[in-house]
Amino acid sequence: MSAPHAPHSSHGQRGTPSDGGSATAGSGSARTTTEGTVYTVTGGDWDEVVRSAAEADDERIVVNMGPQHPSTHGVLRLILEIDGETVTEARCGIGYLHTGIEKNLEFRNWTQGTTFVTRMDYLTSFFNETAYCLGVEKLLGIQDDVPDRATLLRVLLMELNRLSSHLVCIATGGMELGATTIMIYGFRDRELILDAYELITGLRMNHAFIRPGGLAQDLPPGAVDHLRELLKTLRANLPEYDKLATGNPIFKARMQDVGYLDLAGCMALGATGPILRSTGLPHDLRKSDPYCGYETFDFDVPTADTCDAYGRFLIRLEEMRQSLRIVEQCLDRLEPGPVMVADKKIAWPAQLALGPDGLGNSLDHIKNIMGTSMEALIHHFKLVTEGFRVPPGQAYAAVESPKGELGAHVVSDGGTRPYRVHFRDPSFTNLQAMAAMCEGGQVADVIVAVASIDPVMGGVDR
Amino acid sequence: MTDERRTGNGEQGAGGTDLPAARGDTGDVIRVQKGMFGANNGGDTTGYGGLVRTVSLPGASSRPYGGPGGVFDEIADELEGALEEQGLVPGNAIEKTVVDRGEITFHIAREHLVQVARTLRDDPALRFELCTGVSGVHFLGDQGRELHAVYHLRSLTHGRLIRLEVSAPDADPHVPSLVEVYPTNDWHERETYDFFGLIFDGHPALTRIMMPDDWQGFPQRKDYPLGGIPVEYKGAQIPAPDQRRSYS
Repeated sequence: MSAPHAPHSSHGQRGTPSDGGSATAGSGSARTTTEGTVYTVTGGDWDEVVRSAAEADDERIVVNMGPQHPSTHGVLRLILEIDGETVTEARCGIGYLHTGIEKNLEFRNWTQGTTFVTRMDYLTSFFNETAYCLGVEKLLGIQDDVPDRATLLRVLLMELNRLSSHLVCIATGGMELGATTIMIYGFRDRELILDAYELITGLRMNHAFIRPGGLAQDLPPGAVDHLRELLKTLRANLPEYDKLATGNPIFKARMQDVGYLDLAGCMALGATGPILRSTGLPHDLRKSDPYCGYETFDFDVPTADTCDAYGRFLIRLEEMRQSLRIVEQCLDRLEPGPVMVADKKIAWPAQLALGPDGLGNSLDHIKNIMGTSMEALIHHFKLVTEGFRVPPGQAYAAVESPKGELGAHVVSDGGTRPYRVHFRDPSFTNLQAMAAMCEGGQVADVIVAVASIDPVMGGVDR
Repeated sequence: MTDERRTGNGEQGAGGTDLPAARGDTGDVIRVQKGMFGANNGGDTTGYGGLVRTVSLPGASSRPYGGPGGVFDEIADELEGALEEQGLVPGNAIEKTVVDRGEITFHIAREHLVQVARTLRDDPALRFELCTGVSGVHFLGDQGRELHAVYHLRSLTHGRLIRLEVSAPDADPHVPSLVEVYPTNDWHERETYDFFGLIFDGHPALTRIMMPDDWQGFPQRKDYPLGGIPVEYKGAQIPAPDQRRSYS
């Protein structure tokens, strides 16, 4: 079972490459460095390498998986010390996708911040935006002024986002086990949700749709009907994952008791989300520390008591069903109204409308500021070029992202730009648990364990 | 945002309908604002150019701290009691307590950080099991306390959230490591070291985590430039983001 899942490349970890010739070395070729023999493996010649390494009587092998490995979820580098098929030590190398988002934020105004944070964990855009905006709104002291419709739509988008994020997790996790059908199904259903995003925000990813004070704009006409159709389709599709995977003996054999982390381990390592809930603790910020009115929604927090990858898979499946319930309740409760705070010192002045050349300022708004009200023009200009000022202080806003507690620590110095924004990304924290989950297990189980953590490097590295 | 909303001595307390926490009138001064509108390059023709005022963070609060159902007072009482039991004068460990925007912050003297964190984790009445990591903040204008390390602790048992804040001067950027109390802080402290140069004494392997190992400087310090080059857009030169006019 292990051979097809074995790592496909290994490079000298600390060894100095002997010369440029190593690039053209054939598969399984060996060269000697000061750190020992280094093998560059490119294909299905793993057995050969293991054999020759065993012959060399070297007591340990260090394998580098990644950062360009298809089953490490992006540019994650796993450094595994293995003894035969057993992983004796596992470490992560991260930072390959560090983009300096937190630093860049400090040079744009508060509203532009959402454009950056949406790109952190790119699979959970709406959660990043909501956490950031809740933090900014707390600093401004306008939590109670955000209109109900905006909050409901935030919840609706977040829960759709939970679905799309879990679908990617299940799809790629399945693919890494060789279950390509699950991959096809997962991406098929995610595509439907991305279509809904596109209808609502205009974009499939990186929306910057949730803004401090509310939303960038209201739902377009027909969106509610589209979402109801989508719910119907997803309701029909979700049982397919159950039929395919739940109880499937191959699936269970690969996932059960793999990536084990119990409650004490989760607490010590700060793991939250499905990893924590797979230990049986129903901790969910939506219930324990509700935000955006989650206390008024009717939904359950699924748990498992297996502490393993299979339990996390079942939790994700059930969470998707619960998210559908919440989306439905949102749709039922939606009432017409504003989606931005009434304070014109904070609300972005533009009223967007679809013109012949794409989305832009509505003609009415332009007519108003250019033709009738010079003050409106001045205010528009001031707000767009300067932004609004946020009173000095700090705030922490946390949301339950599909991966766990996503916290935004937002600091203001009273200016028009964030002084410091730090994201406590659940992927970053949960990925630390990789070593605890993998050491002592098989090489092939590393893939399953990492997939059950569901790290997204955009969020880990930021 | 108008000025009366900004001045730090006001009524903004625990927020909402909860008991507002009274606030001392002096917080840490973090910068001095000159002029009215924040523009600091180019000539000031507004007539407000001579205006000088300081911007300070919310200052220390006095009892009662409030919070939902008076929970902040409860936490503070329990913490002070537990520290006293260990023979520590609470006033020495807790430099000040700030209640602002419905959140409570304990400013801890850095030499007592580990003991305070361990107490917060282990005391049955406190039980802050989950640390959500550390966030660094660099206040260039906060003389002698430039580097701040901010920890958010969550109690799943009691459903509470508090913030600890520790500061260190730029000249001596040392803060004790919390890894032995909260192992989750391993990567978080490496990240804060990487970006702010805060040295967490006692960390098992304090190395860079995001930036390359041989990187010079600490990129998220305020005196570290963002970098970037001017770009041409529709015929005009747009300066790099950190060269553009700022209004704060």
